[in-house]
Amino acid sequence: MIVELGHFCLVIACVLAGLQMVLPSVGLFRGNLLLINTGRSLASGVFLFTVLSFCALTYAFLTNDFSVAYVARNSNTLLPWQYQFSAVWGAHEGSFLLWTLVMSTWTLLVANFSKPLSDEFRARVLIVMAGLSVGFYLFLLLTSNPFERTLPFYPSEGADLNPLLQDFGLIVHPPLLYMGYVGLAVPFAFAIASLWSNQLDVSWARWSRPWTNAAWAFLTLGITLGSWWAYYELGWGGWWFWDAVENASFMPWLIATALIHSLAATEKRGVFKSWTVLLAVFGFSFSLLGAFLVRSGILTSVHAFAVDAERGQAILWFITIVIGGSLTLYSLRAWNLKSVVGFDKSGRENFILANNLLLTISAAVILVGTLYPLAYEALNDGAKISVGPPYFNAVFVPLMLPLLVLMAFSQRSQWAATDLRVLVYGQGRLLAGSTVLGVGVALLLGALDLWICGIATLAFWLTLNLGMELRRRVKGRQAPWRRLLKQPLAVWSMVIGHFGIAVVALGIVSAVMMSEETDLRMAPGDTATVGDLEVKFLGTEAVQGPNYLSDQGRLEVYRAGQLLAVLQPEKRRYLASQSIMTEADILVRFAGDIYVALGEPLSEGAWAVRIHIKPLVRLIWIGGVLIGLSGFLSLLDRRYRVRSVLREKKISERQGSETAYV
Amino acid sequence: MSKPSVLIPIVVFAALVALLGFGFRLSDPRLLPSENLGEPIPAFQLPNLLTGRLMTEADLTGEPFLLNVWATWCPSCVAEHDALTAIHTQYGVKIIGVNYNDDVDAARRWLEQLGDPYAFHVVDAEGTLAVDLGVYGAPETFVVNAEGTILYRHVGVVTEGVYQDTLATYLAQDSMGGS
Repeated sequence: MIVELGHFCLVIACVLAGLQMVLPSVGLFRGNLLLINTGRSLASGVFLFTVLSFCALTYAFLTNDFSVAYVARNSNTLLPWQYQFSAVWGAHEGSFLLWTLVMSTWTLLVANFSKPLSDEFRARVLIVMAGLSVGFYLFLLLTSNPFERTLPFYPSEGADLNPLLQDFGLIVHPPLLYMGYVGLAVPFAFAIASLWSNQLDVSWARWSRPWTNAAWAFLTLGITLGSWWAYYELGWGGWWFWDAVENASFMPWLIATALIHSLAATEKRGVFKSWTVLLAVFGFSFSLLGAFLVRSGILTSVHAFAVDAERGQAILWFITIVIGGSLTLYSLRAWNLKSVVGFDKSGRENFILANNLLLTISAAVILVGTLYPLAYEALNDGAKISVGPPYFNAVFVPLMLPLLVLMAFSQRSQWAATDLRVLVYGQGRLLAGSTVLGVGVALLLGALDLWICGIATLAFWLTLNLGMELRRRVKGRQAPWRRLLKQPLAVWSMVIGHFGIAVVALGIVSAVMMSEETDLRMAPGDTATVGDLEVKFLGTEAVQGPNYLSDQGRLEVYRAGQLLAVLQPEKRRYLASQSIMTEADILVRFAGDIYVALGEPLSEGAWAVRIHIKPLVRLIWIGGVLIGLSGFLSLLDRRYRVRSVLREKKISERQGSETAYV
Repeated sequence: MSKPSVLIPIVVFAALVALLGFGFRLSDPRLLPSENLGEPIPAFQLPNLLTGRLMTEADLTGEPFLLNVWATWCPSCVAEHDALTAIHTQYGVKIIGVNYNDDVDAARRWLEQLGDPYAFHVVDAEGTLAVDLGVYGAPETFVVNAEGTILYRHVGVVTEGVYQDTLATYLAQDSMGGS
């Protein structure tokens, strides 16, 4: 009964979203303010019924209702309760229900936290979002109904959740990622609303900035968490695979990163107006493309959902209508659009332009690599090839290096025109200092490698420039330290975000260049030497988990005769699906993770054991978290907490006269 | 932007949609009928992947089954594996594997990692059986009846949807014809 109610709630949510699209449109047409404002209250209704529907599916999971086909496929009575809960979004249907829930959440937020918008503009934004929602609900109801029953003959036991997904990472990763993906619908809706009303002034850029920052921050955290999950759960010790699904989340991130910079330029200086609109459309397009790639089955990946061509076709139609429509609208309106403000060659605008070019080109080359197998198949009679990390590394790294140089150099630039003396001041000394630091780090890691020295130098150069920028802001004033704390949060957000990039860069280069990986045959009692560590294998014992049997290994790690840790990697056999999973065990040290995984059992109690040492690999995720947090920090900045239109106006006037910041 | 250039995005997008749409035609199994439909399984003599015993086409008859061509080098096969496992556990369908042009050790490790829903596998290291079957690439799946006659050929990844919509019908058709 509850399951049917859940299904019914979903239908109601769909109908309400339809009304939310139609009523305000009629209102706009007739100039009826009452109808125009219905969008706001309907947003609450759509949200409420989607939540109810989501709760109903959760209930079906927690009560082991295997008459629901989706539950039977993805759960099991032995599954621990927290995974029964997260199994709700463990496969296609339920995860798309989560997607619609996230969409209705964003719509609700936009409806209620958009006071500075005129009623009419807000209505347009909400109409666009409601239109997208209707598409999502129809897709869910018509092709992927999670509430479908298999009555009267239903299984007495479920097939279990994919063991890879029985992990804390899966509980948190998809919701964060979807907040990011779907959140990009907000700047998209703002962009479309401004095209639609032909109000391509700078105000839409100001209004959509906090939303874009929020979505981008969620996306950043989601990707970071996904990478961490892949590292400790997949058992290969890798943290990024250039897999089609990872690319599907990375491309929107690159575009969104370009977008947050370009929005700043548009808001502050009125430049790149039409480009910014286009980026907002692209960002969400890449989100939809990602959903399509993951769910259509035309590309395969370790992470892809069980796939169905019919669903893929439905999404492709949706993409064609939404993106095709948006780009047509864009072509019509952008025809007459011009940037009014000129800027000097030394202005920050130029750096942002270069940043945007590099980021969009990166997204484009990743898109080419991701879709190339498909194009190849189309042109060569179905012959299949796969494009792997060699391609992506070869094209992506050369694009990121100039970006890093540019990033370091441009931190102290200013809008319109930068005093070249300020920009270049002390760069020679900074660069010399960071080279010393970079080489120092390389020596500490124990390898005078050109890549490590180079990247570490760039990372330090960026960091020192950020420090210099902060110093410039407080220099010569009274009580500089107090003043430093009083800097707007937007400044801190910028500093922390870019510092995060420096941290990630250092983590990546040392993890890639310095990792030591050994695969050994180890019998109980054997000792292996890896780097300056000694690893002793004590054998395995059988352990019973809630829904799996496991061979748990015991390895002691010594350094200079001292016991550092006992690691217990596992090889698990999940009972319901009979699948085998490798659970690595990791000793986390700042100097380098010691990563141990069991390979295959060999004769007489011996095992193939995989031991990796990964120096500084943690920096990748620490940096990712810093970048994500910087996005949230920017939301707390004073100007976004100011509600009334009037005060908003005053502030923007004041900011215009002050030194502006991103 | 100068005026005609505002049309670039939409043109690029149209090309992209065309490519993605074409992707479906490629993986549409109905476009690739097999010459072997209605024919018996070609004769072969190949070792069992796990035991090494020599198997022939005679070992395949007795009950209807799915003959699945797979390999560890084929990423689509990883995606397909879950669906095959589900089909086997949920519907009790017998599945026989043809390990095609593959490294035998890697194949064994793969099965150990991902689980083994298959009744058994034959090792087709030279691709002889695959050539006789007219296989284009991995994965491909054939529906074979109890007498060893090929009823249907599916090119590409088998999903539960594909199973329910087509493969199951062919399997059911067989049990009716057989009884």
